[in-house]
Amino acid sequence: MQVEMKDQINAVVGRYQTRRSAIMPALALVQESVDRLHGDVLKEVADVLEVPEIWVYEVATFYGMFNTEQVGKFHLQLCTNVSCMLAQAERLLQHLESQLHISKGGTTPDGLFTLSTVECLGSCDTAPVLMVNQDYHENLNEHRIDELLVQLKRQAAT
Amino acid sequence: MLSDKDRIFTNLYGQHDWGIDGARERGIWDDTKSLLALGREEIVEQIKGSGLRGRGGAGFPAGIKWSFMPKESDGRPAYLVVNADESEPGSCKDREIMRNDPHRLLEGCLVAGFAMGAQACYIYIRGEYYLESQRLEAAVEQAYAGGFLGKNACGSGYDYDLYIHRGAGAYICGEETALLESLEGKKGQPRLKPPFPAAVGLYGCPTTVTNVETIAVSPTILRRGPDWFAGFGRQNNAGTKIYSISGHVNKPCNVEESMSIPLKELIEKHAGGVRGGWDNLLAVIPGGSSVPMLPKSICDTVLMDFDALREVKSGLGTAAVIVMDKSTDIVEAIARLSHFYMHESCGQCTPCREGTGWMWRVMTRMVKGEADVDEIDTLLDVTYQVEGHTICALGDAAAWPIQGLIRHFRPEMERRILEYKKSKQAAAE
Repeated sequence: MQVEMKDQINAVVGRYQTRRSAIMPALALVQESVDRLHGDVLKEVADVLEVPEIWVYEVATFYGMFNTEQVGKFHLQLCTNVSCMLAQAERLLQHLESQLHISKGGTTPDGLFTLSTVECLGSCDTAPVLMVNQDYHENLNEHRIDELLVQLKRQAAT
Repeated sequence: MLSDKDRIFTNLYGQHDWGIDGARERGIWDDTKSLLALGREEIVEQIKGSGLRGRGGAGFPAGIKWSFMPKESDGRPAYLVVNADESEPGSCKDREIMRNDPHRLLEGCLVAGFAMGAQACYIYIRGEYYLESQRLEAAVEQAYAGGFLGKNACGSGYDYDLYIHRGAGAYICGEETALLESLEGKKGQPRLKPPFPAAVGLYGCPTTVTNVETIAVSPTILRRGPDWFAGFGRQNNAGTKIYSISGHVNKPCNVEESMSIPLKELIEKHAGGVRGGWDNLLAVIPGGSSVPMLPKSICDTVLMDFDALREVKSGLGTAAVIVMDKSTDIVEAIARLSHFYMHESCGQCTPCREGTGWMWRVMTRMVKGEADVDEIDTLLDVTYQVEGHTICALGDAAAWPIQGLIRHFRPEMERRILEYKKSKQAAAE
């Protein structure tokens, strides 16, 4: 792990009464620069925080936003909970699957896109909603999804 | 209809500057020192007098909750923890507060934290709200730079620190003790109560966990007086409230309105009405996914407040109104919620861990009608075996939507079962 990252983690520690509390922010920081949170990464985080490795492991595997498996450059997470469901999210899922030629849970062979469904993203007034990495795309329809995919592919090429 | 002069959230839609300058123009951080000068007890008394009830779902009287914090410290620090883990399907109100009016929340954090004798505050925001957490971080920086937070906050002589903590995708962390576990860097699994957080909370210290909206309205209540706030809504259901309206309406939205507004008026005045007209309404989930749905006949007249919705065996919850028109497959909608609760069960209590999966599997068959009619009662029976038999309320929340479905749409479930049987028989012949 780079010194800079260690410094960032140690800076976060100061916010809390215990070093253990910094596990979540540390994993969020580290995740930005690694393919996935695999065992070696978790051990390094544990070492920096001076906490048992199992503490880091249980947090990394409990919370859905920590990727212990590799995801594509763009992680497309479509909300399919009830408000989005009422706004035809299921149809958009099928559309995404056919456009990307993958099924839910899959990653395109070029490693560009992973497609998942997620529980409520808390943007029900602008359903249906798709989260791409950390960005929300709201009020979607097939046409806007097509535009978005073109834009993301262009972004990846540059 | 609530008039503009009585709105607390004057930047709910983000049409004005969210930053410190815009916030000050809207009256936030305006002589906050004098609010603190009221003193701890007086602030709590005024919040009690306003009739404010918690806006996160349970509706516990806020002033009373705040008063549970120790009056004198025994040496341990005390904490205010703001629950910004908004994840209840249908709810999207706290997001608007945090991204469009973050200083309103921060000022509330100082005032409420002071009233509780807290030295520090953590805002636990769901991980998916990345933009919102960035906004909050930026607002916190502005507030520290302006002397509103930190040492001698607002010139009051009171030292108060505030930190943002991001979650990482777990609905259960909206449960207050699971949230505290998570904040301590552990899996978000609820704790047994007692001890309650006010006695043993974060790091074993006195803690109050409160919803974003509850905290954000408190400075305005103090400024305009508890009687002003208590003037909205019916007795015991005071104040204004942000409603999130989603689903089959013409204009889904968040809107601040008076408590006790009729559901029909809320939908028609603010959300553009039900798609296809009021008569096209099938059912409404009035308070987020956890509360039982109401069929149209009740929606015609019901009021949106804690007591009115409890009387019709539902609840105000987070006031997230999910509207379903007649095109909705009502059994499938509830089956989708059953899947949600199964997915989000933390796995700690057996009735919930096993029951949510069992209920989802049966609900999946009910969607197709692939069941026996008496299985409806078996399903109902299982919901009662889960409800009330778990550490936290997730088990209840998984049970209630199914109970609501069976209460109001049993004939529809039976119809599917009989139709499925008929189609099977026809195929066999």
